[in-house]
Amino acid sequence: MTQYKDSTIKNDIKKAQKVGDWKYLSPEIDAKKCIGCGNCISFCPEAAIKIRQNIHPEKNKNSKGIASVDMDWCKGCGVCAVECPTHAITMKKVN
Amino acid sequence: MNQELTKKLAPGHTTCAGCGIPVIVRTILGATKDPVIVSNATGCLEVTTTIYPYTAWKIPYIHSAFENAAATISGVEAAQKALLKKAKLKKSAKGGSAFGGKAKLVVFGGDGGTYDIGLQSLSGALERGHEFLYVCYDNGGYMNTGGQRSGGTPLGANTETEPAGLDSFGKSRNRKDLMEIVKSHGIKYLAQANVAYPNDLAMKAKKALETKGPSFLLVLQPCTNLWKFPTSRYVRLGRLATETNFWPLYEIEKGNYVINYVNKNPKKVEEFLKEQGRFKHLFEEKNKKVIKEIQKSVNGNWKKLVEMSGSK
Repeated sequence: MTQYKDSTIKNDIKKAQKVGDWKYLSPEIDAKKCIGCGNCISFCPEAAIKIRQNIHPEKNKNSKGIASVDMDWCKGCGVCAVECPTHAITMKKVN
Repeated sequence: MNQELTKKLAPGHTTCAGCGIPVIVRTILGATKDPVIVSNATGCLEVTTTIYPYTAWKIPYIHSAFENAAATISGVEAAQKALLKKAKLKKSAKGGSAFGGKAKLVVFGGDGGTYDIGLQSLSGALERGHEFLYVCYDNGGYMNTGGQRSGGTPLGANTETEPAGLDSFGKSRNRKDLMEIVKSHGIKYLAQANVAYPNDLAMKAKKALETKGPSFLLVLQPCTNLWKFPTSRYVRLGRLATETNFWPLYEIEKGNYVINYVNKNPKKVEEFLKEQGRFKHLFEEKNKKVIKEIQKSVNGNWKKLVEMSGSK
């Protein structure tokens, strides 16, 4: 068995393809509209969205958390924008 | 990336933008805290998550061939049993490595690997009563090789091997009733779910993983690429499939049917069909009768299901 020990392929995120480069549309989150419900998180195929703390509570009193997208993995499919109940996400063309 | 969701399946896989398969995997594997071992039939999930030298899987993962994912997991289950007997694995597992304790065994297969190619190995594993969960994500065709028809492709769909044209209206046969085939093995828990209803899916996954003996989940997965709709709409299409009763949500627990979603005024099946490029030709004058036929079969299936569940 020992000679096979090193041949196990382990998850190494550095070896992953840069799938973030695929996108031609990029999600933009309006921090004033986001209510931090997490609907986008459950439907994001890449698990690229998480809720960060609302650092400007004076701008948005409704929510403690605001969704934020990790652009390294987002493929720009736009599912989050369609599923957002408050239309806080818009897809903008990548230059 | 979302640390909580990517504990078992990392991003960096190459599924098409707007594909729901990773959501199915994460929802189902997120339903248990035990270690998990995954066996995978050839299909979209397999080719996109394991591109050498990268693997998106953070848990033990086996892929052997198209037809024998269920047979592979049978072997894993038997090996695990033998090791437990020899007390090499601790009986109660509390996190840690999958090899430190008893693991949950999950198989993922597409509809090609389940309805068609892997059916006999699945049937064998169900009959032998191994303790595992088989998940079939049904995108209605061999989508990873260009959209050939499978036993799961619905009537009238334009496919690579049964294309619509002057004389043909696409696939000429109805979908196989896989749920009934699996049910007839007498397993304790099986359910039909939909990627657009993640809470329902998670509930079913939890029940299935807690079942002693084999369990089965059939999950609808709208394919943006070959159902031909914009990448942003897989959830919308999934919802339409259930709202039109094309894809009812139900579970069969020890032979008892329970319907999880009842729509008192179901939408017409056209609403589901017209959103997809693969059914575009059905809206031509000469093919209108096919839509009627699809509606008839949807109504018939729903009526049968309601009768089976004993509700009104």
